[in-house]
Order: sequence, then C-alpha cells, then structure tokens
Amino acid sequence: MGKIVAMTGNIAVANAMRQINPDVCAAYPITPSTEVMQQFSNFVADGKVDTELVTVESEHSAMSACIGSSAAGGRVMTATSANGLALMWEMLYIASGNRLPIAMMVINRALSAPINIHGDHSDEMGARDAGWIQMYSENGQEAYDNLIQAILIGESEGVLLPVMVGMDGFIISHSIENLSMLDDQQVKDFLGEYKPLHPLLNVNKPLTMGPLDLQDYYSEHKRQQTEAMELVKPAILKVAKDFAALSGRTYGFFETHRLDDAEMGIIALGSAAGTARHVVDGLREKGIKVGMLKLRVFRPFPSEELQQALGHLKSLAVMDRSESFGAAGGPVFSEVRSALYDLPTRPKTINYIYGLGGRDLGIANIEQVVADLQEINQTGKIKNLITHLTVRE
Amino acid sequence: MATLKELSKKDELLAGGHRLCAGCGASIVVRQILLAAGKNTIATCSTGCLEVATSIYPFTSWRIPFFHSAFENSAATSCGIEAMYQSLKRRGKLPVNEKINFIAFGGDGGTYDIGLQSLSGGLERGHDFLYVCYDNGAYMNTGIQRSSSTPLGAATTTTPAGKVIPGKQQYRKDLTDVVEAHHIPYLAQASPHNWKDLNRKVEKALSIKGPKFLNVIAPCHRGWRTGINEAIKLAKVAVDTCFWPLYEVENGKLTINYKPKDKKPITEWIKMQGRFKHLFKPENEHIIQRLQEGIDCKWENLLKREEFEKTC
Ligand SMILES: Cc1ncc(C[n+]2csc(CCOP(=O)(O)OP(=O)(O)O)c2C)c(N)n1
Repeated sequence: MGKIVAMTGNIAVANAMRQINPDVCAAYPITPSTEVMQQFSNFVADGKVDTELVTVESEHSAMSACIGSSAAGGRVMTATSANGLALMWEMLYIASGNRLPIAMMVINRALSAPINIHGDHSDEMGARDAGWIQMYSENGQEAYDNLIQAILIGESEGVLLPVMVGMDGFIISHSIENLSMLDDQQVKDFLGEYKPLHPLLNVNKPLTMGPLDLQDYYSEHKRQQTEAMELVKPAILKVAKDFAALSGRTYGFFETHRLDDAEMGIIALGSAAGTARHVVDGLREKGIKVGMLKLRVFRPFPSEELQQALGHLKSLAVMDRSESFGAAGGPVFSEVRSALYDLPTRPKTINYIYGLGGRDLGIANIEQVVADLQEINQTGKIKNLITHLTVRE
Repeated sequence: MATLKELSKKDELLAGGHRLCAGCGASIVVRQILLAAGKNTIATCSTGCLEVATSIYPFTSWRIPFFHSAFENSAATSCGIEAMYQSLKRRGKLPVNEKINFIAFGGDGGTYDIGLQSLSGGLERGHDFLYVCYDNGAYMNTGIQRSSSTPLGAATTTTPAGKVIPGKQQYRKDLTDVVEAHHIPYLAQASPHNWKDLNRKVEKALSIKGPKFLNVIAPCHRGWRTGINEAIKLAKVAVDTCFWPLYEVENGKLTINYKPKDKKPITEWIKMQGRFKHLFKPENEHIIQRLQEGIDCKWENLLKREEFEKTC
C-alpha cells in the first residue's frame, strides 16, 4: 500500500489528478500552477488518463467549461493561481449557485498590482464568499491528500458544492519533499463512480439550469446553498475517517500542536504552520507554554470547534498571509475573533499580516510573535491589535 | 429537408407563453432552429433577452436541456458540455450511437463583444458544436445600448441622436468575417424570413462534425423603433438591400444563397426604423451615403469572391 516518493507540490497534485482521472479538465497556464496542468497534459498525451482535456483561452472560459462539463454530468477539475482565480470570480459564484461539485487546485499566489508571482493567500481569501468549500495545505502531502478528499466532499449527498484546495505558491508548489502516495487502484476504489443527480446530457429528461430567479425564489435558493454548506462539516469528517483508514493520515478542520496545556496560541494556515510548529517546539523546551493550531478548512469556517480548541488560552496570535484592506484585520483574524466573541472568557487576540508576495516568514519572526503574546499576558494589555510582520516600516 | 407542412407537424421545442415581446424576431429564429435541430439537442444561451424571457423560475420554455450560465460564455459552456459528452462516450458511459447536437445561442452583445473570446476559443479548439448569434444589433435586454453590431448611424441609448453626435459613429463589426478567419468547416448568415434557407443551414451545420457558426438577423421592434408586427418584413428588406446578405462558407468555399434581382437602396430599410430617423435630416444624409458605401463594398466583395472561387 502506497509508496514514499520525492516530488514537488505541483507534481504531487498532478499525480493526484492522474489517479482521480476526472472526466473533463480545463487548463490555462499561470505561474505557479502552470506545472500542474502541464504535467497533467503529459498524462493525457501518454494515455495515463483518458480525461477530456480542454485547453481553454482564459481562466474565465476554464471555469465556464468546467461548469458546462459538471452540469453535463461528470467529474471535473482544473487548477489556477492569483489573477487566474480573480478572472474566474464571476464564474465561481455560478459554479456554487448551480451546485456543481467541481474540484480546483489553487496554487496560492499574490494578486496584482504590483504584479508578483509568489505565494500568499490573497487569491483564495478573495474568493472566500463565493460559496466554495475551501481548504489549505501545509505541504505537498496535504495538498495531495486534500485534493483526493475534495472530490468526495464536494460530491457528498446534500452538499454538491465546488471545492478549492490551496497550496502555497513556490514555497510548496516548487519544493521537493517526500510524500506517501497511494496506489492508483486504492484511489480509484476510494473515489468510486460519481453519479450525478440531474445530468444535462440526459436528453430524455430535459432540464433547464441557470434560469432567471427573481424575488419570489432567489432567497430560498440561497438558503438551500447555506444549508448545503452546513452539511459540509460532517461530510469532511466522514471522508477524513475513510481516508485515514486507507492512508493512516488523519485530517479534521484543523490540527493542533501542544495546544491543550498552552497559555498562548498561534493560528496559521498553509506552509507557515510548519515554521510555527518548529518555533513552538523550541520554546516549549525553554518552558514557554505556547501551542499552535493549523487551520485546514476555511469554508465552512469551524467556529464552534475553534471555540473549544482556543477558549482556554490567555492570548492568541492569528497569522494572515493576505490583507483585507480597510477591514478589522486580516480575513482569518476577523473570523477567528468573531468565533471567540461568544465565549464567556476568551483569549486576547491579535493579528499579524505577513509573508505577502512570497516574503519569507522566519523563525525569528514567529519568536517575536510569541514575545508579544508574553507581554500581553504580563501586562494584560494589547499594544498593537494588528501588526504587519516581515515588512520594512 | 422538411417541407413547411412537415415542419408544422413537428414538436415545438420552444414553448409559447414565454415573456419575449410579441413580435420579437429572436423567438422566431430560435423556434425555426429548434424545429430543424430536433429534440436531441442541448442548448446554452448567454444572458440577454432570449434567456431572461424563456426561463423564469419556476417556468421554462425549453423542451430540450438548456443551460444559461453567464453573459460572455455561451460558447465555453457549450464546449464544456460537449467535452463531457465526448469523455463519457469514450468511457462507455453514454451510448456511442446517440448523436446529440450542441447549440450555443448568444445575442450580438454576448457574441460580437463580451463573448467574442469565448467563441473564438471554442471555434479554434474544434469542439463539435453550433454557435448561433441572434443579431438584433444592440444590447436590448439592458435597454438598447450600442454593441459592435449596431449599424452606422443608428441611435441607441448609448449612441443617441444628439445635437452634436448623430447616433453611432462607426461601422458595425463584420463578425461573420471574424469567424471565418477561424477556418471552421461551416458558417453562414441567415434570416428568419427565409425559413427554408435557415432550416437547411441548420440541418447542414448539424450534419458536419466540428465547430459551426450561424449569424441570424433578429429584428427587435423595441430597439429598432418599428411596428410590432414587422420583424419578418424587416428581415426581408435587410436581405433585399444586402445589409444582411444570405451566404454560407463551407470548407472555405463561399456560396451566396440569395441575390436580389434589383438590390434596393439602404434607405428602403432604414426608413422603416425610428432608430435611423435622424439620418434623413439634410445635415446627416452623408451618413446614409457612408452606410450605403459600406454595404455595397461588402456585397461586391462577396460577388467577386464567389466568381473568383468558381475559377479555382
Ligand atoms: C458580465 C456581465 N456584464 C453585463 C451584464 C448585463 N447584461 C445582461 S444582458 C445584457 C445585454 C445583452 O445583449 P445581447 O447579447 O445583444 O442580447 P439581447 O438582450 O439583445 O437579446 C447585458 C449588458 C451581465 N449580465 N453580465
């Protein structure tokens, strides 16, 4: 069962797609996701998959074609980054509103302007209200595992929602790491056959999709979409359980590390979680009571679960790899702070915006964050609610 | 090809009771096309009059599978559906001998303008689909704004006949020419007044594998400022004046399907329409002349080309 291989995040993702062998894929190049569809095109050209590859002329058409294909009735995937995801914006809502379980890999990259090809979360965070299930990956292994699970999560009964899986551009997409790959047959059996409920291709049962939906019905349809999102959490746990039985790797909405007895906490998502974990371990050796939480699922946002995991802390630092201009902090911060608000006692929570446009987040940076938390615990006062870390002032 | 009698007995695939205006050219075009295409057809449509008026939840006029996704992507959506069809057929999940037609509808705004890229991509990639532009010469659904299909001189709500600027200043884009540059196996211009020609073109297009394109004139009395019952007459005069030549290009070879015995001046057509009223003021008559020149130039080129191709 499975084997350990060394590959970049992008190649791991392309291999997940090869094993998924979707019915239709759309491809359009953008750094740093280009390599995924490039490698997948090799699989198509060499007959390793029998997917219909649609090499579209833009990301808008990539998502449009995915939407058409998914409505027609079958498994559909694509990959993109940054400006590509931004160009899809209109279509993201149309995919989720039509309840089409498309799976998309987002190799996270900074949005223009200024143009920058490196990793941050501004692209995926910008799509956080688009009705897609959103997951983030710490490394190639998680990207591979998340993408395979994404297929079944989106297709779950009652859910039927599109899923995007994020992975930090370059930091993960272009780094070689060891990871454990499942056998092709295992993935095939795990995923089984997708049976679409109302395929458009059934000409004997003509169906109208995408009608004009006015004041008399629109609200109900949006409400149904909300309810579908509510079914995602159990679906994620169910798929994770089955996946653990297969792979030995466990997943939830988030992962905690030395958090239970901690006084201070750090929340991160994506590759920064690895650095944070390392810092936590080092500081623990010095007796500093700090722990960390790595968020895997951002949509649906696991508010109640986070309350339970974080409520006992005295102070908490939320790391955001994207800016939300004019808002009360970065997107992760706003959501986490809102989730904690209902607790009778809650940690003093601060926000760090870091790593924009691929800037490194070093060990010293996170040590500084912990030092700030220690000061809050000592003084009982927050000096800076929002700090731009890793930036020249 | 079906006779009128046979056509009249066929199932109507666009049900009545939709909310397009009485006398709308687009609905006549679509009905005729669906009669020719038959029920094994999956349609997409760009946002616009046709889509909003034929599929208002919980009602639909479409008796075939129909998908409206967005304004600029009728082609890409249809191509996506077709791609799934090809994939599932190859994988043995659909019967190989069941032929399905894929037709993407779009207004001129959704085709000449915002959807041009998506159309171009679909044509170039060679999907097996038919794109139909119902061309009413403006963004009608949002209230008659100019598109790149709007004729020179026409007044629209964004090119009003003002005191200084008398209507649209530019010639219309020749989309059929743009499409031809994709070297697809079949493309044609058609008109609902000549149902026989339109019917034949749809049947022909659907018998050919690969991307096909039909540009069909679809008079709009709201936008053109005409009588409510004049759509067919307007379409006919558009053809008789050679504003809208009926022709087809099959594998690069042009056939003009109708040559008026005496080609009428464009004034015959524009005098029927309020959107051109201001052109008849003395100070604007040069615009009519320019309009005529553009039409003559295209028509003569078509005639010359057809002649030339006979010698090849
Ligand atoms: C991206 C986007 N931009 C603008 C619109 C607004 N809009 C809806 S229909 C329409 C006009 C459609 O014009 P056309 O394609 O010519 O079709 P018609 O309404 O004339 O039949 C416009 C501008 C939209 N729905 N989507």
